[in-house]
Order: sequence, then structure tokens, then C-alpha cells
Amino acid sequence: MKTYRTHLLVCAGTGCVSCGSFALKDALVDEIARRGLQDEVLVVTTGCNGFCERGPILMVHPDGIFYQRLAPADVPLLVEEHLIKGRPVRKLMYVPPEGDRPVPKMADIEFFKHQRLIVLRNRGRIDPEKIEEYIAYDGYEAAAKALERMTPEEIVAEVGAAGLRGRGGAGFPTGRKWDLCRREPAVPKYLICNGDEGDPGAFMDRSVLEADPHAVLEGMIIGAKAIGAARGFIYIRDEYPLAVSRIGIALEQAREMGLLGKDILGTGFDFDLEIVRGAGAFVSGEETALIASIEGQRAYPRQRPPYPAQHGLRGQPTVINNVETWANVASIIRRGSAWFSSLGTETSKGTKIFSLVGKINNTGLVEVPMGIRLRDIIFAIGGGIPKGREFKAVQIGGPSGGCIPKELLDLPVDYESLTQAGAMMGSGGMIVMDEDTCMVDIALYFLRFTQEESCGKCAPCRVGTRQMAEILARITAGEGSLDDVRKLEELAVTVKRGSLCGLGQTAPNPVLSTLRYFRDEYLAHIVDHVCPARVCKNLTTYYIEPDKCVGCLLCLKSCPANAISGERKKVHVIDQAACIKCGACFDVCPAKIQAVTKYTGERGRALRGGAAVPKDA
Amino acid sequence: MQDKKQAGAVRRGATTSAVKTTGRSPERAFVRDVVRKYGRRRRAVIQVLQDIQGRLRWLAPETLEAVARELKMPLAHVYSVATFYKSFSLKPRGRHTCTVCMGTACHVRGGAAVLEHFERKLGLRAGQTSLDGEITLERVNCLGACALAPLAVVDGRYYGQMNESKADTVLQPILHAGSPAPVPEDGPGDEEAS
Repeated sequence: MKTYRTHLLVCAGTGCVSCGSFALKDALVDEIARRGLQDEVLVVTTGCNGFCERGPILMVHPDGIFYQRLAPADVPLLVEEHLIKGRPVRKLMYVPPEGDRPVPKMADIEFFKHQRLIVLRNRGRIDPEKIEEYIAYDGYEAAAKALERMTPEEIVAEVGAAGLRGRGGAGFPTGRKWDLCRREPAVPKYLICNGDEGDPGAFMDRSVLEADPHAVLEGMIIGAKAIGAARGFIYIRDEYPLAVSRIGIALEQAREMGLLGKDILGTGFDFDLEIVRGAGAFVSGEETALIASIEGQRAYPRQRPPYPAQHGLRGQPTVINNVETWANVASIIRRGSAWFSSLGTETSKGTKIFSLVGKINNTGLVEVPMGIRLRDIIFAIGGGIPKGREFKAVQIGGPSGGCIPKELLDLPVDYESLTQAGAMMGSGGMIVMDEDTCMVDIALYFLRFTQEESCGKCAPCRVGTRQMAEILARITAGEGSLDDVRKLEELAVTVKRGSLCGLGQTAPNPVLSTLRYFRDEYLAHIVDHVCPARVCKNLTTYYIEPDKCVGCLLCLKSCPANAISGERKKVHVIDQAACIKCGACFDVCPAKIQAVTKYTGERGRALRGGAAVPKDA
Repeated sequence: MQDKKQAGAVRRGATTSAVKTTGRSPERAFVRDVVRKYGRRRRAVIQVLQDIQGRLRWLAPETLEAVARELKMPLAHVYSVATFYKSFSLKPRGRHTCTVCMGTACHVRGGAAVLEHFERKLGLRAGQTSLDGEITLERVNCLGACALAPLAVVDGRYYGQMNESKADTVLQPILHAGSPAPVPEDGPGDEEAS
């Protein structure tokens, strides 16, 4: 095998690709060839690094230098300075939000420093389309160990002892699930990987499938041996075409290498996998619904028990685990349950990947040990809230989860404490919100989501979520009553109790948790007709401060409703009757002027004067 | 009567190129090929419909009938699946697709305003296709690229940190290449939704 003195690892995750990482890669390859370095320097495209905010990202191996937000125009300088003269280019490095000096090494950047990588251990260092690179980092060693030297009982015991729990949301102990299925006498048995990552705001499964597909395959091979399955399915969301293609390539390469198919590694064990693409239904992330979907039916959940481990795909015993869960398995087998269970808390072992998004400086994917405090994730790793705004809440667990306020920032992140706080681990989406986020609006957002995604099987979920969404819409329009709050709480109980699957059972959580921690915001909307965050359109008025406006015409030109009048160097005025409150003027008004202001409550109504109050569309 | 017929003909002709592809025989042969690729297994009906839609852009009534025949399953079942899953379209879709992400991360960073801007700019509501069959506007619950929020996808290319002026730049080429007739605000391209 040819060796190179330097590897340039270009991130080719979805985030970086959309910022032009392929153009960057081409520019690097050309420049390296032009300088005659093609035998010394290799350009590799890797899976997602997680620090998507800073794309396109380039890591220089083995120096460990981290370059960010690169453009093809930066390439000649970078090659000349770093690769030829050996002087890393400081101006292309990451500068932390609060600091002024660049941090050259990836390992020293706060975003990466506090992470603990198990599932994402290969991120940003291997080309996910080359099985050899996965193998070079101990890949398939665990599968070989499981197939050659371990009995199914030993594998199940090891996974059980590690304390691994399902990473898809509910946190059922994986070892126990496998054991149930292993003990079932019926054959054939099936394995399923649940890659129907539907929670809005969560993208760790996508990233794992794209960045390290073989980790999932290896976990499934081990699982197959443990329960005695000969066939498995990887169910991937239709919205993730790159993940489908990477898994497809991985399957082919694994078959060529004899790691899938008949007589794997000469051990006499047969197992093969098939990709099934989802078709855009949130409920199909529920395990029984997902099984119905693989069978070519509508994705309707069914009553449990019997659990899929006993009665799953085609009525046969089936183990169904989430992508992240599968991707943990190989490391547990390779390094042992004691090592794995040394990480985390009493009840939640190992690490968890969170997608840190929303109003946060360092957006991206982070893998941290269970039990870490929310504060450390949001402020140490995430770098806090942009533009000096105040942290307000973090929404965890998607539509099944809840909002956690700043008083609970010291909460350790594990399955139990999140549930107690009214949220849920879910798949691990963390949406950070600042003072400009309206909590009633967020509750409405999630209820509209679950209402739309309810499959309609259970009336409490189908009708109840709609009613709740309507009440919330009324409140955000400033037309709610105090009785509405009582109704919301009543409906929440009905929907929770009367629904068959997790979608309905958890759908009221966003409302309940916001009512629990932000009741005053609900009351502000209802009693004072005020939206404290100035988000709800009906309660917000846009106004141009005459003493600040310099008459630059920017807002006037951006207004889609032609509601702004004025001339160059003369104060502009918003025609309140014509204003559709899209916020375009607010966004374009230069930061140093800030003449466009949002008002709510008395002042807002006064500014609007006699103009009719436009309804939300 | 005559006029009406003529108008109908013009309209159909203009709707979308999918009319061409639903021409009987080549389409049925294509359906047969796809069904064969999945070993005629009925449980593969979702995959079959996906592959077909991938090429024809939407699922016409005749297409669904052909699938039912080839898979030897009740037409009602094919419809039950095709209407349940969001990724299937039973209405013609445009040559260009604009998708605006409405995930939570996009929502808190102003995704709703982005969608509204797309709607105004294209004269379409989410879920509609322009009358000339050029552009379809869609909303999606989450594309899993939350770091780029707010996000829009135009013809498969992801555009992050979307705002109004960026949207105008991104839409420029497809608005001009296709030059769709400006459509009235009240419900264009939605005749089949009724």
C-alpha cells in the first residue's frame, strides 16, 4: 500500500457539501498536482465531522490542524504555506466566539475537547465509501471475535452487562431485548435497523449512516449471531439519499469481502442485509409501524405486547434497534462491557450523540458521556448563545420531548432525569432557544407537527392533537381565554392515556412542559395580549423609529407587501394596514442602525392605531 | 362546448411533461421492469412506487392501476399505501422542486418566513405546482441538516442560512429557465386537490 506524508481530510457531510466541500476538494487536488505533491499528499473525503456550522472543514493529518470555512480561493495559499513551507495558515483557523486568537489543533477546540467518541469514533478520519479504511481502524474485529469465539449467550450477556439502552428514545435495555428474542423458538428471526429518524432537529442517525456505515453493519452482524437471524433490514428515511447510497456501497463491499452473505469469515454463519427506504411518515419510526411499512402496508402501529422480539416482521421474532444503538455494539464487543459501563451514570451507560442546533454558536453533532450537565453541553461545547442573547430553554426529544428552562441547566443528561424534567432523551435533538423564541409558538409548532403526523388510528391522538393545536393557535393570536389552559391540560391527559403508540402518548409533552415552566408566557398572551418574545404575528407590530432611521431604502426595497414608504435620506414609515409582518425589514435594517423595532402589547396596539388587526394567514 | 374542450386540451398539454410519460405502453413496460426488479414481491410495493415516482415524478391513476395489475394486488391497497406516505404525489409535480425545511431548528431560526417568501416569490402555496408544470413548492418536516438552518433545497441542492435575498438569487435561474406564467394567488396548480 502506498503511503503519504500528509492526508488532507475534507469533510463531505451534508453540511459541508452544501457549503462547497467538493469544489474545495477539486481545488486541492489540482493545486497539489500543480505543485507536484501528488505522491506525498493525499486528499480524502470523509463523513461528517459534526462541526457543521464551520463548513467546509479540512483536517490535516497527522498534524491535527483544523481549517474551517474554506473556499477554493484559499487553496493556493494553504498548499504553499502549510504543505510546502510547513507553516500552518492562522487566518484559516477557527477562532472561538469569545476569543480573538485562532485555535490550530482540532483537539484543543472547545467544541471537540469535551466530547467522548464511541459511535462517532471514525468521523472525519475515514472515507466512508472504503471498507479498507474502516478495517484499518479495528473495523470488523469485533464481528470476527463474536462469530469465531463467542456463543450467542455470551454476546447477549456482554451487551447486557454493558448496560446499553436503546438510543432511539425510550431507552429499553438492548441486552434484554436481544435475550427475549434469542429465547424464542420460532425461526426464521429477523433484525431491523431503524433509520427512520423523524424527530425534527435530530440528525445523528443520518450522520452515522453517512460517516461510518460499516459500524452499523458490524453491529448488526454481531446482533444476528446473538439472536440467530439470517436476514436483516436497514430502514432509512427517504429524505436521506446520501445515507441510502453510502449504506448500499457498504453492503456491496462487505459482501465482496465475505463479511456478509454465506459462510461469513469461514465460520459457517450466514447473514445478509437489505435496504428498505421509508416513504415519509413520522409514525413509521415506531417499531410496530416500521415493521408494517417493511411489509408493504400503511405504517400503522399495533398493540404491544406481543413485542416485536416475540412477534415482529411477518409474525416472526424480530430485534429492532436504532442506528446509534447498533453502532455502539461493535465497540462493546471489542473493548468489553466493563469499559463501556465505566462511562455514564448508574442507569444510563456509555455516550449519547446530541444534535446541538437552534440559537447556539457552535451548531453541530456532539457525542458526550451520559450524565454530563446540560450547561456543559450548551455553554462549554456549544459556545453559548449568539449575539449576546440570553439562554431561555432547550428543547430535547423532539415532538415527544419538552422544553427545559435555564433553572435546570445543571441537570445531568440521562434517561431518567430528562423524563422527570418533563422532556425525554428521544433521539437526541437539542434545540436551543433564546429570549427571542416564544414558548407558546414552539408548543403550537410541535402540536401542528404531531397532528399532521398522527396516523389517525386512535381518536384521542387524531382528534385531540388537532384540538390542542387549535387552542394554541387561538392563544398565539391573542384570542385565548384562561379556560383554554385548563382545556389544554385536560386534553393532554386524554391524548396520553388514550393513544396506542408513543406518538400519541408523548404528543402533549411539548405543551405540558411549556405550561410547567413558562406558564407566565401563556398568561401574557391570554391576559395581556402580549407576546414577550415578539414572535406571534397578531401580537407584534413592526415600527421604524423616526429618530434612528437614516433613510437608506433597504427595508423599503425588501418589503414584499410594499408597505413601507419613504425616500432616500428621509424617514421611512410602515403602513400598518398593509404590513404582513414577515420581518424582512427587521432583518435587513443594518445592525448599527437598528431602526426597525418590534413592539407588543399596549405600545404595539397604539402604534397600529385604528388600523384593522390583520389575522394570521 | 367546443371552446371548453379546447381550453382543456391546452391546459392538459401545458400541465406537465408527465403527460408524455404516462403514454400507455412505454410506461407499462417501465412499471413491469420495476416490479420485476423487486422479484414481484408484494411487500415491495412502497419501493416500487418510489422507483416509479423517482422517474415519472408523480403517480398517475393509470400508473397505480398498472402497479396493482403487475403486483397482482387490489388497487385499493396500492392507493392505501400511496395516499398514506407523504413522499408520494398523486398530483403532477414540476420539473423543478423547491423544498423548504420546517424542522424545529429551521423554525426557531425563521423557517416560516422563508417558506412565506418562497410562496410569494413563486406564487404557489406549499404543495402546489405551477400551472405550466415547471415548479413544485414543498415543505418538509426535517431534512436533518439542522446546522444549516433555515434550509431550502432547490433541485436537490442544499442552500443553508436561507434568507429573502438569498432565496431570490437561488430561484432566479429556475424562474427564468422555465419562465412560469405568473399564477394568480388563489390556488393555482391545485385543481386536483379540490
